Amino acid sequence: MSERLDVRKTYKLLVGGAFPRSESGRSYEIVDAKGRFLANVAQASRKDVRDAVVAARSAQRAWWSLAPSNRGQVLYRLAEMAEARAGELAEQVGRAEGLRAGEARASVGRSIDRLVWYAGWCDKVAQVLGSQNPVAGPYFNFSVPVPSGVVGVLADQASSLEALVDAVAAPLATGNAVVALASETRPIPAVLLGEMSATSDLVPGALNVLTGRTGELAPVLASHEDVDGLDLGGAEDDLAGELAALAAETVTRVLRGADPRDRSLKRLRAFVETSTVWHTIGQ
Amino acid sequence: MVGVSPAPLRLVVGDERAVRPRPGARVPVVESEAQLRSLLRGLSGVDAVGADARAAKLATRSLKRETKRAAIDLALSMVDLTTLEGADTPGRVSSLCAKARRPDPEEPDTPAVAAVCVYPDLVATAKAHLVGSDVRVASVATAFPSGRASRAVKLLDVADAVAAGADEVDMVIDRGAFLAGRLGEVFDEVVAVREACGPAHLKVILEVGELVTYDNVRRASWLAMLAGADFIKTSTGKVATNATLPTTLVMLEAVRDFAESTGRLVGVKAAGGIRTTKEALRYLVVVNETAGSAWLDPALFRFGASSLVNDLLLQRRKQRSGAYARPDRVSVD
Repeated sequence: MSERLDVRKTYKLLVGGAFPRSESGRSYEIVDAKGRFLANVAQASRKDVRDAVVAARSAQRAWWSLAPSNRGQVLYRLAEMAEARAGELAEQVGRAEGLRAGEARASVGRSIDRLVWYAGWCDKVAQVLGSQNPVAGPYFNFSVPVPSGVVGVLADQASSLEALVDAVAAPLATGNAVVALASETRPIPAVLLGEMSATSDLVPGALNVLTGRTGELAPVLASHEDVDGLDLGGAEDDLAGELAALAAETVTRVLRGADPRDRSLKRLRAFVETSTVWHTIGQ
Repeated sequence: MVGVSPAPLRLVVGDERAVRPRPGARVPVVESEAQLRSLLRGLSGVDAVGADARAAKLATRSLKRETKRAAIDLALSMVDLTTLEGADTPGRVSSLCAKARRPDPEEPDTPAVAAVCVYPDLVATAKAHLVGSDVRVASVATAFPSGRASRAVKLLDVADAVAAGADEVDMVIDRGAFLAGRLGEVFDEVVAVREACGPAHLKVILEVGELVTYDNVRRASWLAMLAGADFIKTSTGKVATNATLPTTLVMLEAVRDFAESTGRLVGVKAAGGIRTTKEALRYLVVVNETAGSAWLDPALFRFGASSLVNDLLLQRRKQRSGAYARPDRVSVD
């Protein structure tokens, strides 16, 4: 009997709920922590960035218009999906980061727990970041956090899943749509998370995952006028400065130097705007 | 003729196609339905698979840098900025006219569009807001979009639009009569509307989505051109299938062949469903490669569109600044 042929997986982009290859047709090789061939992944082009931003923009309204508790349920479902595929995630995290099996499993476990944590915040963040303000007059005056809009995320280059989950789930929890640029050399766990999001009832386009060269794609994302927020977690200092300058051109909110292990509300606070409403009393 | 004349555009890779009328070319006089029928029957059939393949092949051609910039400006100058909604108000038409004159106020060198296209009752409003500009006013007429009314009513509709100052009239053909084979009736109607138009340009809408086959599109194109159309237009934008690249290709072949055998140049208007710069540029490539560079002119090729303009403006800004622009930076209408 002949030997069974391998069915090798093509790691593709996630744009608008679909899994395209790069518009450019390019791909590049990924090696594991020991330098052995791991996979070919799609190498996104600037047009893929543009398409992802367009998808994110149209998804953002639908995502934000869901009830906050519903958004929480969707993120919780993403955690369920990750739990079901935890073995696969752990294998890929382990190979990418050169971790032993136990360490990789622990890292995936922490990542899933963080997803659940952010899921819980979806319908609570308004109580914590919002306020009712005392005013001199017969009015209710209250401030509520609203999403910035489309958030570009440069995922951490080293931590392939844990840091990514923080960077992506926080803006999603506050109602933003995300265009995430995966770690250049360790993108596979990000692609897997994207695949799981497509089976979690997430609004298609609310999370888009691109793989490719950070140096090529990040400036396009940063200079895009329709990107409202930018997390520069995965950019080296030199690049981060350059990107922040590009982002400033188009009045983009920038998060720099966020600690990937930070467990505070800083990330939830990073991409919200405050909307203040006056309402007459007693009518 | 219209708007700002665009920079010379070279889209051609191979030889430049130019229309050369045959010696003694003239528009044949149609005297009877039988003669018309035999004329249209004499047209060769369209190779449907070939037309689709040709259009798909041309759609892969990519325009870069200065060619792309010139093509975007050319496409802008070819747009009939259209609003054909039951909810149209004078206010909406006036804002559309402002946009037509100056599509991007932050970039003053942006060319004006070719025309504003409205229903007949809003022609006077549009005309008033376009005084002093080269932007023309086009009006749909003849019981648009279905064309289901008596000829008397249709001609009144046209007369109304022309009296209100329409420079161009977009009529619909009677698809029911065409599909039932009453070609003489369709022909006579176009001739009658042509007369009612007076000095106004006549665009004849074939509604290709309802003609079913490319052969019908070719025959209807010839019928309209023989009856005196200045433009043939793909669709109303009100049915499921609007302009597609292959049907536009078939129509462009028809105007090219018509020009060669009669010496008269007829324009083509692609309308409905063209929303992005990428699609618009594909149309320009097909125009150039099918009819020739003479048709790369607002006098001979138009886009009937509304949202296309915004995408052209965004792409124009992208070409200037290098950064992708924000959709809400241009007026949303």
